[in-house]
Parts: sequence; structure tokens; C-alpha cells
Amino acid sequence: MRYLPLTPEDRQAMLKTVGVSSIDALFQDVPEAARLDGPVDLPRRATELEVERAFTRMARKNTAAGEVPFFVGAGAYKHHVPATVDHLIQRSEYLTSYTPYQPEISQGTLQTLFEFQTQVAALTGMDVANASMYDGSTSCAEAVLMACRITKRNRAVLSGNLHPHYAGATHTLAKYMDIDTVSQDAQPGSLDDIAASIDDETACVVVQNPDVFGKVHDLEPLANAAHAKGALLIAVFTEVVSLGLMKSPGAMDADIVVGEGQSLGVGLQFGGPYVGLFACRNDRNFIRNMPGRLAGETVDADGRRGFVLTLSTREQHIRRDKATSNICTNSGLMALAWTIHMTLLGQSGFSKLAQLNHERACELADRLSALPGVELVTDAFFNEFTLRLPKPAAGVVDALAKKDILAGVPASRLYRGGAFDDLLIVAATETNTEADLGAFESALKEVL
Amino acid sequence: MAMNTQGRPSKPLHVFDAGAYDDTFSGSRGLDQAEPLIFERGHFDNCGVDLEEPKGLPTRLGGLDREGEIGVPGLSEPETMRHYVRLSRKNYAIDLGLYPLGSCTMKHNPRLNEKLARLPGFGDIHPLQPQSTVQGAFELIGELAHWLMTLTNTPAVAMSPKAGAHGELCGMMAIRAALDARGEKHRRRVLVPESAHGTNPATAVQCGFTVDEIPANEGGRVDMEAFKAKLGDDVAGIMLTNPNTCGLFERDIKEIADLIHEAGGYFYCDGANFNAIVGRVRPGDLGIDAMHINLHKTFSTPHGGGGPGSGPTVFSEALAPYAPVPYVKQDGETWTMVEHEDEARADGADPFGRMTAFHGNMGMFTRALSYMMSHGSDGLKQAAEDAVLNANYILARLKHVMTPAFDGTCMHEALFDDRFLKDTGVSTLDFAKAMIDEGYHPMTMYFPLVVHGAMLIEPTETESIGSLDRFCDTLEGLALAARSGETERFTAAPRHAPAKRLDETKAARNPVLRWTPPQDSAQAAE
Ligand SMILES: Cc1ncc(COP(=O)(O)O)c(C=O)c1O
Repeated sequence: MRYLPLTPEDRQAMLKTVGVSSIDALFQDVPEAARLDGPVDLPRRATELEVERAFTRMARKNTAAGEVPFFVGAGAYKHHVPATVDHLIQRSEYLTSYTPYQPEISQGTLQTLFEFQTQVAALTGMDVANASMYDGSTSCAEAVLMACRITKRNRAVLSGNLHPHYAGATHTLAKYMDIDTVSQDAQPGSLDDIAASIDDETACVVVQNPDVFGKVHDLEPLANAAHAKGALLIAVFTEVVSLGLMKSPGAMDADIVVGEGQSLGVGLQFGGPYVGLFACRNDRNFIRNMPGRLAGETVDADGRRGFVLTLSTREQHIRRDKATSNICTNSGLMALAWTIHMTLLGQSGFSKLAQLNHERACELADRLSALPGVELVTDAFFNEFTLRLPKPAAGVVDALAKKDILAGVPASRLYRGGAFDDLLIVAATETNTEADLGAFESALKEVL
Repeated sequence: MAMNTQGRPSKPLHVFDAGAYDDTFSGSRGLDQAEPLIFERGHFDNCGVDLEEPKGLPTRLGGLDREGEIGVPGLSEPETMRHYVRLSRKNYAIDLGLYPLGSCTMKHNPRLNEKLARLPGFGDIHPLQPQSTVQGAFELIGELAHWLMTLTNTPAVAMSPKAGAHGELCGMMAIRAALDARGEKHRRRVLVPESAHGTNPATAVQCGFTVDEIPANEGGRVDMEAFKAKLGDDVAGIMLTNPNTCGLFERDIKEIADLIHEAGGYFYCDGANFNAIVGRVRPGDLGIDAMHINLHKTFSTPHGGGGPGSGPTVFSEALAPYAPVPYVKQDGETWTMVEHEDEARADGADPFGRMTAFHGNMGMFTRALSYMMSHGSDGLKQAAEDAVLNANYILARLKHVMTPAFDGTCMHEALFDDRFLKDTGVSTLDFAKAMIDEGYHPMTMYFPLVVHGAMLIEPTETESIGSLDRFCDTLEGLALAARSGETERFTAAPRHAPAKRLDETKAARNPVLRWTPPQDSAQAAE
């Protein structure tokens, strides 16, 4: 086996050193009834070439986003990732290292995390950010728990226009801790009346911007309404590129900002690994209640600047059953990919990228909503918008897929019950060419 | 800048450079390059990506356009490359040397797996594109699920958990759902050995349980008398790691399973150490009800400096119905993904909910399956045996100079305590830092908590005998040096690392969690 260095002779010599006659002797504590005598019923070892063939065969059955005009979003977006990013994250020193628990030989990881935290804080308009969560949805769920700890209340109001999978993940994490998560009904094209359901028991209000239908909202009135009742505003985003063009959640008075960082550096990867971004205000009580790891600046014994993981008394390995979260392994390498892509862009490139996305979406929205029977539901949007079609959107998406156009996400894929069956959520990014827009437009015309 | 008598600047030229030395003009020493933060190097207008020019159309953001600078600089491509390559060289890595972190399983990460995860058919597909266009992805998930269920002899597996701790949540939530379905709301106590990883008690609490700790016996395993005494009709279950965090197989595990079931509770097994027994023991045969598998440990997906991971969680017949959405299923030639709870209910299941936005860490699935297929049933078993043999070899070679925490052989990791350092003035931490000077990453220290000054060494199967011998020779040398009074070697360590010991107290007392422009930090310091 190509990954195993020991030879049969090595094994014999080592058993002798250990002082046992066979490898079986080392497994003597296994109850007899549970010892397997034969091999498990799975194929035997395979060469690199054989494995590669099997994978290529499976991969070919999938339609890759880069092969077709592609407009699918709703929580994950197709963007161009510079080649430099993928090269750097495959450096052995980043790829094959563990969590930086030994800072003297982990300054590379620690400094990049410190840079990541600073970039995330700047983009979201917040003061501090952690060193990543699994993804946007688990960040959202953890933010609700954090808000409940801070306010010592246990009711969370979720906007109906929050991505239903985010709401689902939040509801799941909260329910066994006896936190009530109340979801409003979704209102495509506007904002559901969340403010009305904030009461004195409410710990936080969770609102996505742009929302799952693509609509952009001013969060400030909601922040004021929440703060008036002593509740926190949690602002969620699924498209981080939107922050290049839009007013930041921090500027709209959000208390905790969470979102998905996948658009930068990470790629689509069929849903994961992604990178959860998590930022909040610089308030002792907030920071003490944050989930996840934090890199912080310090000095070494010679007084030289260095970085360490800090404030670990929030974390499971120190605080155990009193930890702020059970998270341990996070999304480190994806955070690195994110921060490298962000460094390549800088704020000027990032804003330009955002502008390109927005323009592409505006153009596409105009062209598609000019088709007979098609209506644009979202008047203000970033790179994603919702159309009302004269037919069920799921069927339209399937028909377009047969023409090799991946047209978007039918709202019925996210919302059950039939109310939104005619809605199609469409995303456009810098990767879409003029030809892609034209192909989508004419194919849609044909299938409607 | 003022010069001192040697003609050097009295402060390093780059006062901001992390790790800058003050005895060279550059702040660097040979290959050890000082490197500032990007915020100190970059400019707001620099960009390392060529983008087409926007047309300058009016925005349609409802008046919510961004105002003012974001405040993040950019770097050109060559500067970016150099920045991150320089920083990378300050990291230890498996590819550089033995990485004996107990419980973490730092084994070789095959590059074939990296290549296959990046095939566009896996790396460039969207979780919500039409199911007909991702049949191969579902097939891969189904295939990996089949391998995991076969290796564990369990009837179901949830693929969406994103790491070990997320898998623990998955398992414990299923237990909670099963108890709720039985109407047993009084069962809220979960038994957790003191030796457990911190994620176990943290998880139990996040599922609304209380934690009741079980002590270890003198042999490092569950104290059966204490365990039995804690059983009662308010017990929801037990969370037990096997092999446990002392590197020992829980001999009484079947009895534990039987007793917890008789008491009406469930058995959650922390499968972080599954790598020791793959192909030799199927946890389903031990009576477990749920167990997460860290694909980033047992099945070699890279740790990436802290993540990502993947924590598929297998279930017994009793808990299978409560597994979360989404999940894949096969109907003849066609695969579908069941994404909603009502669909799952129509399918005869009763899921406790959804754990994450999409289907789990696909990028880890591809890597893990590639690893498993490469090994095959025979290679996986061999890997487990070699891992156990390597750990025992270390234990045998070092037991005369260091103090094993327990008698007898071990599984995949060897646990020592700090008795051999008694009266030397050297602590476990000092010993670990001295290992850095020898070119090794330290072992896991001060975990598990049941052993004083614990040193948990896990070599994994991908170390050769030559590598193990060099490692043992080194540790032997260090142990003898500690005992012969060379305290300095330890307390001043590391001397040969990119940084000296870092002041963690300062970091925690006055947290600096982000870079701020110099004038701001000057103000903050006032
Ligand atoms: C014994 C044990 N249990 C659970 C975990 C948690 O796994 P993860 O870090 O993947 O969340 C770990 C690893 O860190 C572990 O060693």
C-alpha cells in the first residue's frame, strides 16, 4: 500500500521490541464477540490510476458550473477564483498543519487568521471578527445563541426572507436549548413585518440582506426597533461580494453580523467546505460570548510581535460544559483562501468586482423581465433577483437544464406549500458573459 | 533613525514586522523572513486581479450604496505570493516532519485526493442546481455512505455534519428526538467520562442535557462501579470515546452498552479514534447507537491549519429515523436528495431537523472516498494495525525513560504523565517546547485531564520505523537531559523556532483582535 512505510520485516522487528508475538495481541482488549475474523465486504486496495478512473466516471455525470450559462445562487455563488489562491492553500505548511496550538511554530497560520479577522471586521463594518465558523448557516445559528446569552432572553424572531435553510439550521440548534425561534411568513419583494413581533422577551431579530429573494433592505429602522426593546439585530448575508457596493451592516447599526464567505476564494464545492464569517461590536460582554477561535496579537520572549489563539476560556477545550459553543475544528483553510482572495482584490478590486456583479444582474433582470408574462419581483437588488413566471418555476428550470442552461433556483426548492411555485431566484456574477445572458433570454422565451 | 554603536538602527527598520529580529538591518535572518501584516504593506488602490471595467451604470440598491473606504488594502500578485509563502514558512506541517498530536491523527494527506476533489464535476457544482445534473455527486455521497456503514456495521449515516463536534450534535440531537418521541422528557442526564474531549460536555449542554462525569479507574478506563451507580431513569445516555482518550480500548464496552440500554438510555460513541480499529472492529457490533467519524482524522482529509473537517454520523436502527435532512437515496438508477422534513416524513422518517444550509462538506467526501478506495478493505485494516503498532513501538522504546500513564499496551496513541519530570524543574509544557527545538511538533499536552501533565503521542501509520527511531532517540535524549539538570534547555525553549515563547497572558488581558491604523493604536494606548 503506497501510503504505508512499514515493511513486513519492520513489523516483525517492532512486535519483538513491543514484546508481543502478533498484532492480534495488541487488540486483546476487544471483546471476543466483536472481533472481526475476515475482511469487511468492501473492494480491495486500488492503484492511483484506478481510483482516478472511478472518480472521473462519477464526475462526468455532473454538469459543472463553468461548462454552461450558470445563474444558480440562493446561498452559494459562482465566482472566478484567481489561480494564486488555490496554489497557496495547497502549500504543505498551510494544508497539512493542525490548529495553531503551538504558536512558536504556527505563526504563519496565526498571522493569516489575524489578517482574516481584520478584513472581515472591515467589510462588515464591525469591530471584531472570529477566525471562522463552518458556514453561513451555522454562524447564523450560533449568533442567535450568543444573543440569547448576552440579553439573557430566549426568544428569537427570524425574518421570513431569511434563507429557509439558515432558518432551519438555527431552529435546530436553538430548540433543544429551549430557545424559541419564531419565523415570519416570507414576503418576496418586500420585508416581512418583523418589527411588530419584537417584544420585551426578544433576544434578537435575524434578518438577511440582500434577502433570499435578492431584495436589498435598509436595516436601520429595524435596528432601532430592536434596540428600543433591548433586543439585538443580527444581520445575515449569503453573498459577501454585496458588501463591496452596499452600505455595511455595521453602518446600519447591526450588533452581530454573520454570513457566508464562499464567494471569495472557496468555490462552489457542492455546498462545502465553505467559510462562516462572524463579526460583532467591540463590547467585552459580546467578545466574551463569541463562539469559535480568536487570534490575537502579543509579543514573544524577545519582545518581537507575534500572534496566539486567545480568550480560549470561552471554548470547549477549557470551559467544557460551560463553553460558548462546542465548535473545535472550524474552516481554517477556507478562511485562508478567503483572505488571500481578499488581499489580491484589495478594496478597489473588491468594489469593482461588486459593481460588475451588480451591472450584470441589472442587465439580466431587464432582459428577462421584458419577456411576456415575466415580472421582476425585487425592485432593489445586488446580484440576485426574483422573477415571477407565468408557469411553475421548477418545470422551467428543468426544461432549461435540458437546454444546458442552469437558470436559477425555483423558490419551491426552498419554500414548501406552493405559495411561491411561480418564483425563480436568479443570480448573475462576473462569470456570466454577454453570450450567457443572451442564451438565457432566448431559451426562457422558448420554454415559457 | 538613530544608530547604535555597531552602526545598526537602534530599532529594526520594520518595527511592525511580525517576528522582526533586531540584530539585522532587514529584521530577517537568512531564510527566516520577517513579514509585516498586509495592512502595513498594501495600498488601498493596489489590486492583484485584473477585472474588466464596469460600464458605470446607475446602481439599483434602493439608495443603500456604500459610503467611504472599506479599509482593506490590496497587493499585486507577486507581492501576495511572497507574503503568504513567507508566512507559510513559519508553520510546522505533516509534510515537514512527524506531528505526534494525540487525538488529532496527523497522518499523511495524499495529493491524489486534492486532485480529485478539484475535478470540475465535483469542485464546480452548486448544491441547488437541478438534481438531474448532479447524479454523479449523489452517487459519490451514496458510495461513501456505503463504505462508512459497512465499516461500522450500522444501518444509517447522516452526511451533513461539518466536523466532529457537529457530528456529536447530530448524534445527541437524535437521542433527544428519540427520547422526546418516547415522551420521556425527564431523561436529561448524560454520563460523560472525565477523560472526554471538551466537545462532549459542550455538545450535551447544547442539546439541553446536563453532564454527569464518570471517573476513570486506575487502568484509565471507565470505572464500572461508578458508572453503574449513576444509572437511573433520568439518564438519557452516555458519551464514550472508544478507543478512549487515554489510547485504550474500553474492555467493558459491551457491558456498558447493555447497561445503558437496560436503563433506557442511548450510547453515543465519540469516534474520533476510529482510526485505531478500522477493519478489525465494527462499532455497530459493540452496541453503539450513534457515532461520528472525523473524516479529517481517520480518513486523511487535511487539517488545513484548523479546518475544515467533516463528521458523518452513523446510527443504529433505533436512532436512524431521527437522522437530519438532507440525505440521498437511490431509486433504481436515479439518485434523489431528500431536502425537507415533510418529504422525509412521507419517506417514513422523522428527522430532528436540519444542521446546515446544504449537504455537508462534499470536498471532504471526495478526499475521504479516494483515500478509502486507495486502501481498500485490506489496506484500511493494515493502516489501523500499523497505527497501533507504531504507537506501541514508541511506548516500548520510551517507557524506561518516560512514565507511561498506564500499564500494558496501548491502541493508536501512547499516553505518558509527568512523573519522570518530578523535581527536575521541567514541566510538560517546557518539555513540549524543547521538542520544537529538536525539529518536532509537540505531542498533545495536558489532555486527557485524568492524567497529570499528560503527554499524548500519536504517531499514525504513515511514519516509517526510521522516523520513529529518530523521534524516540530524541525524546530519550530530552528525558535524560531533564533528569540530569539541564533545566535551561527546557525553560528557555524554543530557541530555534520562528518565535520565542509567546506571552499568552498579555494577549488575553489586553485583547488585540484586529489591526488598527497606528494613530488609532497610539490613542488606544493613552
Ligand atoms: C476525542 C475527540 N472528540 C471530538 C473531537 C472534535 O472533533 P472536531 O474538531 O472535528 O470538531 C476531537 C478533535 O478535536 C477529539 O479529539
